[in-house]
Amino acid sequence: MTDPAALPELAPDRPPVDQPRRSWVEQVMGMPVSLHVRGPHAREQTDQAEPADRAERAGDGAGGEVEQAVRRVIADLHRTDEIFSTYKDGSQINRIRRGELALAASDPWVLEVAELCELARERTDGWFDARLPGSDGVRFFNPTGLVKGWAIARGCERLSAELPGHDVLVNAGGDIAVRCRRTDTPDWQLGIENPAERSQVLATVPLRTGGMATSGTAARGAHILDPATGLPVTGLLSVTVIGPDLLWADVHATAAFAMGPDCVDHLAALADHLSFVVFLDGSTRTITPRTPS
Amino acid sequence: MRRIAIAVMSTISGLVLLFSYHTSLGSGGGSSTTTLPDPNQSTPADTAAADSGAASPGATDPGAATQQSAGANTVSGTFTGDVVDTQWGPCQVRIVVKNSKIVKATAVQFPNGNHHDDEINSWAVPQLQQATVAVNGAGFDALSGATVTSEGYRGSLQSALDKAHL
Repeated sequence: MTDPAALPELAPDRPPVDQPRRSWVEQVMGMPVSLHVRGPHAREQTDQAEPADRAERAGDGAGGEVEQAVRRVIADLHRTDEIFSTYKDGSQINRIRRGELALAASDPWVLEVAELCELARERTDGWFDARLPGSDGVRFFNPTGLVKGWAIARGCERLSAELPGHDVLVNAGGDIAVRCRRTDTPDWQLGIENPAERSQVLATVPLRTGGMATSGTAARGAHILDPATGLPVTGLLSVTVIGPDLLWADVHATAAFAMGPDCVDHLAALADHLSFVVFLDGSTRTITPRTPS
Repeated sequence: MRRIAIAVMSTISGLVLLFSYHTSLGSGGGSSTTTLPDPNQSTPADTAAADSGAASPGATDPGAATQQSAGANTVSGTFTGDVVDTQWGPCQVRIVVKNSKIVKATAVQFPNGNHHDDEINSWAVPQLQQATVAVNGAGFDALSGATVTSEGYRGSLQSALDKAHL
């Protein structure tokens, strides 16, 4: 019917190729985490290939390696939950809070996160602060606001590193990390939800590598606290930040949301980041990096 | 990155949290001055002038901009920007334009630094397209919004997107 020679010419710099694709969803850290893999072996089942074939093809995601890599990343997320959850009595964060565990003696992941929390506080002029007041008013080390972005960025990086020739996307309840190792696939298309009407998308962003995080109150009510007062902030509907690393996109989205409408200056000062703010009246603003001076 | 590392180091003493501050910051190599990575890079251009095709002296291939007009009102071609001196070192970007749209941006020069800086520097700020559309009619891979909880997921549109590829 169709003459192949008559097909429209594909863009010479990036002909999009339809690669097999599969997604997994895991409920962990109190939210759904979906992992998407796109590439030649995305849909292969574990043990489908003969052992000899598996050895020969090792390292390219064949013979169920995709599934196994996904399982390892999911296991990391569960381990993150065990260590950092403030809802689990025996978590290291709760033991540190109760004085049963010294920070210096805790898991290397806790130390890494503690360092990053300190960097985050500096980079946001104190608007991101992991030393939150508890219900008793006493401030304690609660890195929850950073752990999700850290864990997802890390998981995405690990999944991508283990799957040459494949593209990956990890979405943790609306915070998204992507990495493409192929160059012949279409960009991941990420949508920013309308916080006032969640069946609508207000903007779309194509992304191959990086992260996109949104802070807002639509799904969980007011849950971001002003570090100065400890009270919930409600000055914006949502802030979305897109950058090379989900961890920092998430930190800046959280800090900007706490700042309220004044966040525009902070966001414009971020090199390499693109931001999208939805104000209380529903108006929106796209913020690109200020020209370097 | 290095600047921040130094700033952190200088305030380290009073912070209990930073008890074992050596792992990632140690990779800075202890250097505390800004290093100019490329000896061939002689004269950084004054500002980030947007003049297409302008390349400063000492840049890799000055005058390499090729410009072919695809139509009366559109621009296509490859353009190399001026070298811009950032606090981390010189930076220069080359773009490929097709029908007045940037289709590719490459860093010709970027400041040397640790691996993380390289990653950031090779990253180009994407284009955001603003348009209100209903989710169910569009080809998205993922949706970003305020965090969806496990309880809220079943009915969410993201769950439908995920299911499409299970």
